[in-house]
Amino acid sequence: MSLTTIFILAILLLGFLITFQIAKASEYVGILKGEKKTLEQNNRINAFLLILFLVGGLIGVYCCHELFKGKILGEAASDHGQKIDKMLHLTVIITGAVFVLTQVLLFWFAFKYQYSEKRKVYYLPHNNTLELIWTVVPAIFLTVLVGYGLFYWFKITGDPPKDAMVVEVTGKQFNWIMRYPGKDDVFGRKYYKNISDKDDNSLGLIWSDVPELNLKADKAAQDDIVTDKLMLVAGKPVKLIIGSRDVIHDVGLVHFRMKMDAVPGTPTTMWFTPLYTTKEMKVKTNNPDFVYEISCDQMCGKGHYSMKGQVEVVTQAEFDVWMISQKAKYQTAVLDKQKTDKPAADTTAKAAVVSNVAPNTVAVKK
Amino acid sequence: MSNEAITHGAEVHTSHDTHHDEHHVHHHKETFITKYVFSQDHKMIAKQFLITGIIWAFLGGLMSVLFRLQLGYPETTFPWLEDILGHWAKGGKIQPEFYYALVTMHGTVLVFFVLTAGLSGTFANFLIPLQIGARDMASPMLNMLSYWFFWLASVIMLSSLFVQTGPASGGWTSYPPLSALGGASEGSKTGVDLWIISMAMFVVSSLLGGLNYISTILNMRTKGMSMTRIPLTIWALFFTAVLGVLSFPVLLSGFILLLFDRHAGTSFYLSDIYLASGEALPNEGGSAILFQHLFWFLGHPEVYIILLPAMGMVSEILSTNSRKPIFGYMAMVGSLFAIAILAFLVWAHHMFVTGLNPFLGSVFVLLTLLIAVPSAIKVFNWLTTLWRGNIRFTPAMLFSIGFVSLFISGGLTGIWLGNSSLDIHLHDTYFVIAHFHIVMGVASFFGMFAGIYHWYPKMYGRYLNNTMAYIHFWITMVGAYLIFWPMHYEGLAGLPRRYLDYSNWVSFNQFGGLNRFISIVAMIVFSVQLLFVFNFFYSIFKGRKVTSQNPWGSNTLEWTAPLRPGHGNWPGEIPEVHRWAYDYGKDGREFIPQTEPVGANESHH
Repeated sequence: MSLTTIFILAILLLGFLITFQIAKASEYVGILKGEKKTLEQNNRINAFLLILFLVGGLIGVYCCHELFKGKILGEAASDHGQKIDKMLHLTVIITGAVFVLTQVLLFWFAFKYQYSEKRKVYYLPHNNTLELIWTVVPAIFLTVLVGYGLFYWFKITGDPPKDAMVVEVTGKQFNWIMRYPGKDDVFGRKYYKNISDKDDNSLGLIWSDVPELNLKADKAAQDDIVTDKLMLVAGKPVKLIIGSRDVIHDVGLVHFRMKMDAVPGTPTTMWFTPLYTTKEMKVKTNNPDFVYEISCDQMCGKGHYSMKGQVEVVTQAEFDVWMISQKAKYQTAVLDKQKTDKPAADTTAKAAVVSNVAPNTVAVKK
Repeated sequence: MSNEAITHGAEVHTSHDTHHDEHHVHHHKETFITKYVFSQDHKMIAKQFLITGIIWAFLGGLMSVLFRLQLGYPETTFPWLEDILGHWAKGGKIQPEFYYALVTMHGTVLVFFVLTAGLSGTFANFLIPLQIGARDMASPMLNMLSYWFFWLASVIMLSSLFVQTGPASGGWTSYPPLSALGGASEGSKTGVDLWIISMAMFVVSSLLGGLNYISTILNMRTKGMSMTRIPLTIWALFFTAVLGVLSFPVLLSGFILLLFDRHAGTSFYLSDIYLASGEALPNEGGSAILFQHLFWFLGHPEVYIILLPAMGMVSEILSTNSRKPIFGYMAMVGSLFAIAILAFLVWAHHMFVTGLNPFLGSVFVLLTLLIAVPSAIKVFNWLTTLWRGNIRFTPAMLFSIGFVSLFISGGLTGIWLGNSSLDIHLHDTYFVIAHFHIVMGVASFFGMFAGIYHWYPKMYGRYLNNTMAYIHFWITMVGAYLIFWPMHYEGLAGLPRRYLDYSNWVSFNQFGGLNRFISIVAMIVFSVQLLFVFNFFYSIFKGRKVTSQNPWGSNTLEWTAPLRPGHGNWPGEIPEVHRWAYDYGKDGREFIPQTEPVGANESHH
């Protein structure tokens, strides 16, 4: 153990001893002074501390807000995010008012009605009118909040616009894999048992027939683009089809205020419209290092805290340029390799042997 | 009518018991083993639960200090950590696997072992027979077993800390597939098996206890103690037991399916899994989300299992120390009832972002926010109880006021999280941590502290030291807010939970200083809890002796029992009850115990 540790422990121990001695001594003093006098004295001190706590606490709440308001919630970068922020402001106003009112009443009553020999308590076992008021009033406010909340909830979780672009996001320990449908605009079939990291087929796309798994090649899979970056277009709605290869993950997009679990075996979806390009956000946030990030928001194992995905929002023109530069995964993982190796007749020979399609292949069409 | 029948039954039972007890006192000599170890006296069992709970609270708190050390000082190395923890802290840095084991154990231990067993185990056992006027629980034997199953669960959980591959580390919720697959996480090897077995023992313990509490409250009330006269503590403990009995079996079923998936090759929760090791699992067709439904069907009532006993005790203590009746007794009972019902109907609000059907989600939003209504009733009733009272700030009273304050603060953020559209942003962030630590963790701890300070004289015949108690209260109160209030801001900024290091994130690295501050406060608050623990054990032997039978001037029955009641609680007949428990300040009298017959000229309320 280092010297500082011992030093800290020694101070702690000393603190304990001193506190204990004082506590013991004050107990004896209390007995000497008499129980009643001690009680009255303690009562006054604690009543004062309670009101001090209220005042100090409210000032603290204000200071805390001033200190951190700049570090939270820059402008929401998606249309849904803006709705959520609006909802948040309404909620903070209502709950904030209730918070201040009830805390003030609590500590003020405690201070005001502290023990006094002269005070006669008011015997008040119940009062139906009062009770009715504080049943009905909260119920009304809650109805408003529920109404607004559900209105936005159905908008956010409702169907995406027809022109939305579709990207598939798959989580695995501990990174993200994106897939674009390629030129044909159709996601080809995949099957998890066909996944092979060493053959560079991280999603198990069925590029060619796999007789041992009863899989038939899907042409639509051959032009699918697999990448580690989520490229989005500002102003264009995007629908994410979310899945996982191993355990539950969660696609967290803090700037868009969106979140959806990635569940193995059960695809989920979410959609939103990014509003600002990454470049615009660098200006808006006054931070030249700004990037959109995907954070994993569901505990997924030892690398959970570092499971980061990249997102870049660009203009349509920039997106098109990027898209053209992308090669289909089938091309890079299979065809290019065949060219460099000796040309193998392997893949073609196996074609069209198996006719039935495995039951659990996932085919997603836009 | 049923009330009469029950009362009558209790009466018969009473006379039988008295008879038995007289024999007991004169003829049986208790050995150390029967008195302190395999005791069937509810008061001793309560103390066993309490002290085991304190030990667990110490361990669980210590775990939080360790992971706060990592969160506050992600860059620093602490060589002494390696001395203590070996390869879990290689090079003086807490390893990710160990960090996750720590948070998992911290959650499990505090939620189940401290705030369930330690809280309702202690006070249900101690207060139910004493406050309803019974000699003991309906089945003292099952009651004893309830503790020893808890003990067994404790030993198994503790042993999992020493397994080579580490304890369970998939979070206290243990979501599969992570918790089902040893290949996905080291902690999911032996650790999760031990975790499940321990939790199964715990469920058994809590069922034995719960059934006992329910039957005791329903059947063994003394003469005159109708259900509308029992103190609110008992009502709260009653609903707590009902919640536990109805929901723990569902949790157990979820665990058993998990065990099957782990070892019997079933696919309840598993489907389409390809592990990083390159292995595709054969399981297809399972639903990982099914476990979450089963888990949260207990998980949410569990929140109220933790909170209701605290609410009950706080109601009792607030009224006693305001020297004024609790405001709206029936509304308090009604709101407890409403909370207990709604507790079963809101579980899916933990699952808004799992891909749940949005319409189903909306139903759960509505039901969740409905809980705010009975909660609001409770808060306003507590406030009105203070209003125009004559308040004595005993340590128990301070902790009760602290409870109300924390319950308001944490309850209001529940309105945020229960609203599904806000939950999309706030789900699994520090906002959630702040919310549930304040409303369920710290608030229930405050209820527990209030209970301990209030009933300690009855438990041990001595007082806790007041000065240490006040220091304990004030530092804990201020500390709790300093730790958890700023976390709301981290949550609003979207900081995900269960990250041990944020420095690599552009979006989340702005709170380094705040995290350090929170860690320092957490350590101070933890050391003050040690002061409390010291006070607790020291005062058992050296505390100031209680000389008055009723030191707080309280109405309830436990204060009519002797200073140090033996097994059987009252040496003679069990007292008869003539009124409710809250006649404080009535007709100019400071308090009127429940045992006093209603006078001819007494006013009606």
